[in-house]
Amino acid sequence: MKLIDHSIEKFFWIAAVLSLSITVLIFGFMVILGFPLFKGGQFFELLSQPWLPDYGTYGIYHMIVGTLSIAFIGLVFAFPLSLGCSAFISVLGPKRFGQILKKTVQMMTGIPTVIYGFVGIFLLVPIIRELFEHGSGMCILSASILLAILISPTMILFFSDSFDQVPKPFLDAVDALGGNKAQKILYVILPYSLRGVITGLVLALGRAMGDTMIALMVAGNAVALPDSVLDSARTLTAHIALIIAADFESLEFKTLFACGIILYLFTTFITLSVRSFDLMPWRRK
Amino acid sequence: MKRVICLAWISVFMIAGNLSAFAGNLNLFEGMKGTLRIAGGTAHIPVMKEAAKRIMTFNGDIQISIAGGGSGVGIKQVGEGLVNIGNSGRKPTDEEINKYQLKMFKWAIDGVGVVVNPENKVKALSKTQLIDIFSGKINNWKSIGGVDKPINVYTRDKASGTRAVFWKKALDKGEITAKANFVVSNGAMKSAISSNPYAIGYVSVGYIDKSVAPVALGGVVPTLENVKQGNYQIARGLYSNTKGEPSGLTKKFIDFIFSPEGQKIASEKGFIPVQ
Repeated sequence: MKLIDHSIEKFFWIAAVLSLSITVLIFGFMVILGFPLFKGGQFFELLSQPWLPDYGTYGIYHMIVGTLSIAFIGLVFAFPLSLGCSAFISVLGPKRFGQILKKTVQMMTGIPTVIYGFVGIFLLVPIIRELFEHGSGMCILSASILLAILISPTMILFFSDSFDQVPKPFLDAVDALGGNKAQKILYVILPYSLRGVITGLVLALGRAMGDTMIALMVAGNAVALPDSVLDSARTLTAHIALIIAADFESLEFKTLFACGIILYLFTTFITLSVRSFDLMPWRRK
Repeated sequence: MKRVICLAWISVFMIAGNLSAFAGNLNLFEGMKGTLRIAGGTAHIPVMKEAAKRIMTFNGDIQISIAGGGSGVGIKQVGEGLVNIGNSGRKPTDEEINKYQLKMFKWAIDGVGVVVNPENKVKALSKTQLIDIFSGKINNWKSIGGVDKPINVYTRDKASGTRAVFWKKALDKGEITAKANFVVSNGAMKSAISSNPYAIGYVSVGYIDKSVAPVALGGVVPTLENVKQGNYQIARGLYSNTKGEPSGLTKKFIDFIFSPEGQKIASEKGFIPVQ
């Protein structure tokens, strides 16, 4: 019996070490393969230059702008939507209907992003094109709307879980004071679950930045620096997917490691900020 | 129920009939075994898929995998020994041939045609207009006789042989605007153009069907016939490349592509067979 206990313990230990080392190894792999760029001092140039392979500049500045703008605008769309939706599920709506809604949202988390991209091309892109008459309709706006739909379930489930954790006596106290549901949300639930809300928000941002398919299919992938949300743009992830086909030894291909490192650092930064937020002493009054 | 069974029998006979009719060229693969990996040019894919389907139906011991990636990838991967056959929609450069000891097999000729959405009234362009459209100098359909809407330029990534040929022969190596939308294959180009009334792009002539409208260039429409006659100049060979002299299954596959049946597949898919 003790032997089994022991071996199970070992097994989990190995699993933990393995998954940790894979994460570290991937980063190491990218740094090593991208090393020629660091050595030549090109790495920081890449961050500020445009992508003009015909003229010998392989900068990824425009893709960084593309990634950040699509992800943040997506978040701007998704946040109010998710907040409202989870408030409806947990407090405002009829209980039964809220449950149905929650189940639907749970189902939405399993939809592959390529489906959203596909639907976006045939439904959303033509509408955007005809509505604004600016460009092909494959643009930052279209991509962010779809991303908003993609990341909303993550946020909705996270938010409504943390709303549900508000102790019942608090809620009863609001009722006893004669407060209505809106006041309940605004003055008790939101302040109490602020930490959960922010964590959900940051996680959703990470998901938005890491998504490839939607941007690749719907954002248009133009390499020019976008000057409006109706311009088409290329994200880092879509850029990697497009350039991966290039000659392995070309400088174009090598710059992909810079893209990879940047993306990795972005997501690591996001995860770390969530963690540190969790660890922070948090006073509730 | 009876009808269903009847239909099933008819289809069985039809399949059997097909098989026996083509068995002549497929006999090459009698008793063969193994796997064949093919990658590269996306224009080649319809032909490769059909050939692979027939071969694998004929002999279940053969596995053929087909990947895209573009001409650059095809040449690179076959050179590095990652695949057995690397397809390219352009002739490999002398540098590439020397570096990898490539052996080229040109089995069809393909045109690269400018296409617009069928709704678009503009069906003919001069070369100068085309160059100006792709460089972004002309950016509204109105100035070339169309509706008052901005032109949406679609292009392929740099690993594409279709792009390489189009850029060299149609655009005279002119610039392609940075505002152009990028798509990843001939198929993706076709679906992008067919769903956008203000789009312009270029595809392999083999891919042109009712969903997109070909645009005459200097008075010549990119059709199979015009490419065949040599009237339409923006054409290229479709190559399958191997590292060194092919042998075994690889050789058999290339022989099959050059056989009457293989060449017939090429012409059915909209290319001009070489034999």
